[in-house]
Amino acid sequence: MKYVDEFRDGELAQKLAQDIKNAANPNRHYHLMEFCGGHTHAIFRYGLPGLLPSNVELIHGPGCPVCVLPMARLDMAMALAKSENVILCTYGDMLRVPGSGRTSLLKIKAQGCDVRMLYSPADALLIAQQNPDREVVFFAIGFETTTPPTAVVIQQAQKLGLKNFSVFCNHVLTPAAMHAILATRDAEEPLKLDGFIGPAHVSTLIGSKPYEIFPKQYGTPVVIAGFEPLDVLQAILMLIKQLNAGKSEIENEFTRAVTVDGNQKAKSITDDVFELRDTFEWRGLGFVEKSALKINEKYAEFDAENKFQEIFTAYTESMKSVPKDNKACECPSILRGVKKPNDCKLFDNPCTPDNPLGSCMVSSEGACAAYYQYGRFLNSSVNVIDAVEVNG
Amino acid sequence: MKRLDFKSGTVEMVHGGGGRAMAQLISELFAAEFSNDFLNQGNDGAILPPVKGRLVMATDSHVVSPLFFPGGDIGSLSVHGTINDVAMNGAKPLYLSAGFILEEGFPLADLQRIVRSMANAAKEAGVPIVTGDTKVVEKGKGDGVFISTTGVGVVFDGVECSGSSVKPGDKILLSGSIGDHGVAILSQRESLGFESEIVSDTQSLHDLVGVMIQAVPNVRCLRDPTRGGVANTLNEIAQQSEVGICLYEKNIAIKSQVAAACEFLGLDPLYVANEGKLLAICPPEQADLLLEVMRSHSKGQDAAIIGEVLADEHHFVQMVTQFGGRRMVDWLNGEQLPRIC
Repeated sequence: MKYVDEFRDGELAQKLAQDIKNAANPNRHYHLMEFCGGHTHAIFRYGLPGLLPSNVELIHGPGCPVCVLPMARLDMAMALAKSENVILCTYGDMLRVPGSGRTSLLKIKAQGCDVRMLYSPADALLIAQQNPDREVVFFAIGFETTTPPTAVVIQQAQKLGLKNFSVFCNHVLTPAAMHAILATRDAEEPLKLDGFIGPAHVSTLIGSKPYEIFPKQYGTPVVIAGFEPLDVLQAILMLIKQLNAGKSEIENEFTRAVTVDGNQKAKSITDDVFELRDTFEWRGLGFVEKSALKINEKYAEFDAENKFQEIFTAYTESMKSVPKDNKACECPSILRGVKKPNDCKLFDNPCTPDNPLGSCMVSSEGACAAYYQYGRFLNSSVNVIDAVEVNG
Repeated sequence: MKRLDFKSGTVEMVHGGGGRAMAQLISELFAAEFSNDFLNQGNDGAILPPVKGRLVMATDSHVVSPLFFPGGDIGSLSVHGTINDVAMNGAKPLYLSAGFILEEGFPLADLQRIVRSMANAAKEAGVPIVTGDTKVVEKGKGDGVFISTTGVGVVFDGVECSGSSVKPGDKILLSGSIGDHGVAILSQRESLGFESEIVSDTQSLHDLVGVMIQAVPNVRCLRDPTRGGVANTLNEIAQQSEVGICLYEKNIAIKSQVAAACEFLGLDPLYVANEGKLLAICPPEQADLLLEVMRSHSKGQDAAIIGEVLADEHHFVQMVTQFGGRRMVDWLNGEQLPRIC
């Protein structure tokens, strides 16, 4: 596959792995956080941890939109889906995420709620047009990459004069979360973090500029990297070199897609439709100031939070006494990179991808699910590479 | 009675009612297309001649959506699926039954097309459909047509294929490229709107199995990696036989179009369904011979040794990636795609 295979070349990987081994100072530890779930997934899918020396440790960050969405927001979406006449449209990842009382969109769908899985928000518009007597709500989640498509459908809905379409907006912002992570450095659980592998797709939208603050303010280098495994290895090498040289800079490994200023057109569409929220709750990070978007005044008629205010208020009231996350669930610490998935008592038993208790176990980009699905064997005594070499 | 209108007619409730209309549907469609000596006995069941050897029986229900897809349809799939299930026991499939659940309002033209496709698939495979049943459900209570097929076969002495008899050191062979069926189905989903030339690999594999069993009668296990793909099937075997498995990613064939579609849709081809491929596990000393036999058959041309069995108390399936790392190939969780077979 052209433009893909080049970035998955096994021989080049071996060479890069050797370069990393040579560059890494054996007398120190390197704690590098890949912010994005896309990187986490690539790291495990291609087996990168096995290619790295033991003092280069990857910390899996909170860049998985499903994982950071607080339960209260999911509960609100379920309240909508349960109300009469509503069709709730959402991305597939969201369906299995456990909400309060161990329910999920998939479970309430089985009970008769009209929940539909979409590949594109444009399909939600179509459903609204096909069902003029129903209220169609798009449950929008995601970082800067999924925001412009949501903005476009809201603009289109206004052009079409649709009265039965609205968006429950949960779009969040990457740099704000990175700030929040760095700001917790001195909290009770000290965060070991020497550098960031910066987002791939998000950066194509926002550019490299928003990350300049991290080296400046916190002395934490950032290397923006593509989602292919060679990109990740290259970024690791670049970070190690910076750290060895005592530098702290923003570097761009993903120059084939990321510019300094990002995608201006997408940014202007987003700015037309959304405005900053004062604060927003992130699972694992708590309330983070100016970290999320809401639909602005111009498009207020498409804001589900306005349109269904009564439902939201009633539901929030009714949920006050319902227990929330399982107390033993370490998702918050895992999302901040303080703990590893297998440090959690619930990991593998009883929390598994088939029976997720925490959000990190739900999405394939979540640290726990990736670790479970691809990395569980790291504790196993059978090393297949050695076994294969023995067996020829 | 007027003949059935196969141009513009539809299935009606009376076609499942047990009266004349049902008899007419059976005689003008099912009996006409499937015609063979056993079915033509016209009884509630088929009386079959005695066979030598142990009997194998397998059943499979088909609910694929869309009903027609590149490379096949629910009809051919329902024949291939059950023939393959019988064959994966190391058996020779002999007879099939077919049960139809039809939705009121379903076009008779589509039904005829499906039944003809079944008849062709059965004829091509040399396995007759000897008995059947039809029910009609009200509009809105089905999805056009669901088909259940059951197969009976015979397994000869000395052949012991089982998911629980695999041993460390055994080699794992795969008969061809993976993911064709799942991606062909997916390409037809309206909501995805992508076009491709990928066709389903749906085919019966009993002839391939026949030559394999003849050459290597002590094949330990045969499986067709349908739903859940190669990954799920191997996890099942690892669990059943209490072993670990190691795959070599570079030996697993994937058509470039299938790989591209999977990339685009975020699917892992190891979990995508196949309907015309098989996995075979055999003692290491037989692997080269088995590979040669498979490659010399038209349905196994692209066969390869894709891995081996290890002793591992965790029963993990692991893979040496093309990239040089290693990773787990875990059970499928949730559902990659809805209703593929």
